[in-house]
Amino acid sequence: MLHFLVHGKEDNVAVAVVEVKSGESGECLNMETGERTTIKAGTDIPLGHKIALRDLSVDDSIMKYDSDIGRVVAAIKAGEHVHVHNVKTKKW
Amino acid sequence: MEKFKFMGYRRENGRVGVRNHVLILPLDDISNAACESVGNNIKGTLVVPHAYGRLQFGEDLELYWRIIIGAGRNPNVAAVVVIGIEPEWTQKVVDGIAETGKPVAGFSIERHGDLKTIEMASRKAKEYVQWATELQKVECTSDELYISIKCGESDTTSGLASNPTVGDAVTKLVNSGSTVCFGETSEITGAEHVVRERGATKEIGDEFYRVWSEYNDFINANKTDDLSDSQPTKGNIAGGLTTIEEKAFGNVQKIGKELKYVGVLKPAEAPGGKGLWYMDTSSAAAEAVTLWMASGAVIHLFPTGQGNVIGNPITPVIKLSANPRTCDTMSEHIDLDVRGILQGELNLDQAGDMLIEVIKRTANGRNTSAEALGHREFIITKLYRSA
Repeated sequence: MLHFLVHGKEDNVAVAVVEVKSGESGECLNMETGERTTIKAGTDIPLGHKIALRDLSVDDSIMKYDSDIGRVVAAIKAGEHVHVHNVKTKKW
Repeated sequence: MEKFKFMGYRRENGRVGVRNHVLILPLDDISNAACESVGNNIKGTLVVPHAYGRLQFGEDLELYWRIIIGAGRNPNVAAVVVIGIEPEWTQKVVDGIAETGKPVAGFSIERHGDLKTIEMASRKAKEYVQWATELQKVECTSDELYISIKCGESDTTSGLASNPTVGDAVTKLVNSGSTVCFGETSEITGAEHVVRERGATKEIGDEFYRVWSEYNDFINANKTDDLSDSQPTKGNIAGGLTTIEEKAFGNVQKIGKELKYVGVLKPAEAPGGKGLWYMDTSSAAAEAVTLWMASGAVIHLFPTGQGNVIGNPITPVIKLSANPRTCDTMSEHIDLDVRGILQGELNLDQAGDMLIEVIKRTANGRNTSAEALGHREFIITKLYRSA
């Protein structure tokens, strides 16, 4: 059962397509390249929410849809939940 | 993609429609009653009552003309009976529609009263229905179609699956010669620099940016706080959207990855040629679809997450969703279920082809869910207060 989808080949986050619990491993499909990998969730990832594909530092850009969608404001480890607690808009 | 063939209605001006409506069109809200009586007398007509009053002025009035006249001009409409309170404005609408060569007649209520007007208009409507029902479809090609796109009740499945499906289909359609239009100025906020780059020339991108900036300036002049609390919304955030950029990029998936738009349109303005176009529209679904219908769009693609139910009387609205709960609990509204993308069982190329197949069947006459359910939202965009 597919757990995660990645939009673009430049992306550093994937989106959960099912509810994922901390510690669970699941299949991840990259929609642009067709590549399938397995990734492990380091925290709970709710349906529709993002998981980090690699470690990210403060001020790194979150890449989704091969585009910059925001700035990291608290360090993130691969497999962790990526959302409003560690990413902010660059807009205002 | 090769152009596909379908059986459509070729109108007097060469434009192709996929429906054959005889429209009973009120100039103003006080003519709704007479129009509805005509619709009751003559079966096979389509009445489009609306809430527009009068005393618009300036750009708001210009927009009103584009919408009302545009509705009559739409290629899905075979003939029109216009009813208004007074003769001059009624005639202006008639003249605007008559330019297309299609049959159109106007009746004004002043000096006749509702009942005589209803009689005269009903006789004309009967003549039009009997004429229109004898029109035969002819073979047309997909490059003769003008299709509009907008998403609504979006959730994370929209950005993940249903919007990119539309992007795939739109890319194939435009590359084989069709005309497509997108818009939703407010929802592009967060991705406006990228959309600017998608203009076919620097001037076109700059014009888009000017339109978007006017909207943005208006928001900044009227907002009461930093908007980080309201965009994305609480619902968006609960669903997984973290930033306004992410929300906007999910929205922009609808135009695919490579197409350039060739022009920037005012609300309800008709595209000047083929290709992908941007129109300045509200993000309110019924207003936006009405604007595109008035600009001549004959089919509308509406990807939804949570389940928007909107339709339009003149332009069939096709609904697609990748949200399994929506597809299961609101199945009567959904024309294409693309949840397979979320399961890794369907790729975007396949989903795009499935959507094109639904477009082809709709063009050939198959009623969409919204049509079958009687959703006929016709909402005139109003820019500001009347005089």
